[in-house]
Amino acid sequence: MQQRNRLEPFFENLVFDRDDNTMVVNFGPQHPSAHGQLRLILELDGEQVVKAVPDIGYLHRGMEKMAENMIYNEFLPTTDRMDYIAATSNNYAFAFAVERLLGIENEVPRRAKVIRTILLELNRIISHLFWLATHALDVGAMSVFLYCFREREYAMDLMEDYCGARLTHSAVRIGGVPLDLPKGWLEKLSVFLNNLPSQIELYEGLLDKNRIWRMRLENVGVIPPEMAKSWGCSGIMLRGSGIEWDIRKEEPYELYDELDFDIPVSDRCDSYGRYKLYMEEMRQSIKIIRQLIPMYKETGPELMAKVPQYISASKEDIMTQNYSLMQHFVLVTQGMRPPVGEVYVPTESPKGELGFFIRSEGEPYPYRLKIRAPSFWHTGILQDLLPGHYLADVVTIIGSTNIVFGEIDR
Amino acid sequence: MMRPYRPKDNVQKKAYYTDRFWIAPRIPEEDVSQDKVYAADIEKIKAKFDIKKAYIQRGQLVVIIDPVINKELLFFLRDELGYDMLMELSAIDYLAQDGEFEVFYQLLSLSKRKRLRVKCRIKEDEAIESVNPVFRSADWSEREMYDMFGIKVNNHPYFKRILMPDDWVGYPLRKTYPLHGDEAAQWYEIDKIFGKEYREIVGPEIRDAAWIDKTDTEQFARYGHEVPKGAPYDSEPVKIDSFNEDAPLVETFDLKKSKIVDRDR
Repeated sequence: MQQRNRLEPFFENLVFDRDDNTMVVNFGPQHPSAHGQLRLILELDGEQVVKAVPDIGYLHRGMEKMAENMIYNEFLPTTDRMDYIAATSNNYAFAFAVERLLGIENEVPRRAKVIRTILLELNRIISHLFWLATHALDVGAMSVFLYCFREREYAMDLMEDYCGARLTHSAVRIGGVPLDLPKGWLEKLSVFLNNLPSQIELYEGLLDKNRIWRMRLENVGVIPPEMAKSWGCSGIMLRGSGIEWDIRKEEPYELYDELDFDIPVSDRCDSYGRYKLYMEEMRQSIKIIRQLIPMYKETGPELMAKVPQYISASKEDIMTQNYSLMQHFVLVTQGMRPPVGEVYVPTESPKGELGFFIRSEGEPYPYRLKIRAPSFWHTGILQDLLPGHYLADVVTIIGSTNIVFGEIDR
Repeated sequence: MMRPYRPKDNVQKKAYYTDRFWIAPRIPEEDVSQDKVYAADIEKIKAKFDIKKAYIQRGQLVVIIDPVINKELLFFLRDELGYDMLMELSAIDYLAQDGEFEVFYQLLSLSKRKRLRVKCRIKEDEAIESVNPVFRSADWSEREMYDMFGIKVNNHPYFKRILMPDDWVGYPLRKTYPLHGDEAAQWYEIDKIFGKEYREIVGPEIRDAAWIDKTDTEQFARYGHEVPKGAPYDSEPVKIDSFNEDAPLVETFDLKKSKIVDRDR
């Protein structure tokens, strides 16, 4: 017969029963409002948090290790699984980092750039809608969750029409995009964009002056600017602390330097300020995509950069020209060999600064690939942020950091 | 026939074919004087610190230093030169080539809109000073660096693995770390606690979460074949019919017998 439970369970020397008045609570890793596999070890004095120790790693898949053993094109679909709420922004960040490593970022055709920028902003809307839905659900507003998910479904339908996938898109390639926009897609997008502002007003109408919402968000999770800088916060976590910094504006990539949009900044430093920023960013994303729609019509039909050394030729060339076929064969079987060197390329993902550090030794496999995922530090900050707050605020604060465990644990 | 030689110090995947005459091109390392902001910064750094090398690669300044000055230099960069955020900190494994790790600190200046990378090399058995007093973000990054490479960090407030379990053996991002799992791993605990001869008695690990031992009547009950707890599983099942049906399930509630204890509530 099997001997079961012979090994004592391993509790990391945590003492849950104490003589003093503090209580140790294990929050997660299966807590629904932990937004994934976050385990928080909270030390409570009454209802007040005295000490918080975030424990991560329950979703660790070793993506950086996987990247070192894959050719560059092979790794791209894996990046979908990082921030799976806005998969295209990961794909793009990786593709852009490799393009800069290769030095071909200016070779990307304009149509591909327009499509990429549309997809990035559409993913930002999807991500922000998802954030609002889950955050409102955590705080207790069930109806907002349902309204947000309805709009998110329409946005994901658009993604599905473009690339066939709803969650893990892989809609970007190194050197461009694989597909042109399908017929009538821009019209559908316009319908979605025309509908969205009234929906955002609906959410704000439900939440802005809602007494419960304000009581639970105002002055909760206050991150002073110094703390945000010291912890390497980025995205809305940084702008919510009154620091004006958006990589789309400061270090523009793709078409962001040609587009007219504003960067909302809040100096409230609390969860409510961050909520307002999310709402405003969605409006700015709508504004950006509206400018991109006429740009698309002025572009030529090319979708992939023409760099035969690194990027496969078009399907037509491969089928008709022998040399293109040979190059394609080498690029698929051996992979591209970027020059020796290293790059760190930051992009503004919906969660914050998503950066890829790539060290290449001239091999088809990256020698070292480090993913700078914004949520990693936004989780780390919890250990400084939570003490002093009440247990109920913990859920609000986790929600307002907008962390996704796919990219924290990688 | 000779077995193919596989180097033990780097077990990662290699290109299966490389042209004999192929020389990898390099990304140029440009002179710092090309960028005014960087040139001014490097002058100030050089006045105070001894740096090994500095160049611009793909638009970002790279400064190579001695590992002992990492904390002082980062303090200086933060307070004097306005590099006020540490965006990334990690290492690269060069143990196979040089017996060293390369630790890099990726900094950002919000005011100058510039990024700077500080790099230093340490030997395998050397430790590096924590930069947690300069940037709190180093707290978790250094833990991750230790977790992935085994690089020890001095004066860290809570030095512990972060992604892998605490009792994990090995450092996954080293080039020596194998790409396939250890198939004997399931026996390690059995061997250590009970001894090797218990392998057959204990049997292989149960990976099925819904697994039920039908012979174990202490923990499981079989529907339709209930035996008393702890009895042999193939013993006579309890007959439902044998219950006394005349016995009342709920005692009749008698209002007269009952009394209200606390009328005020």
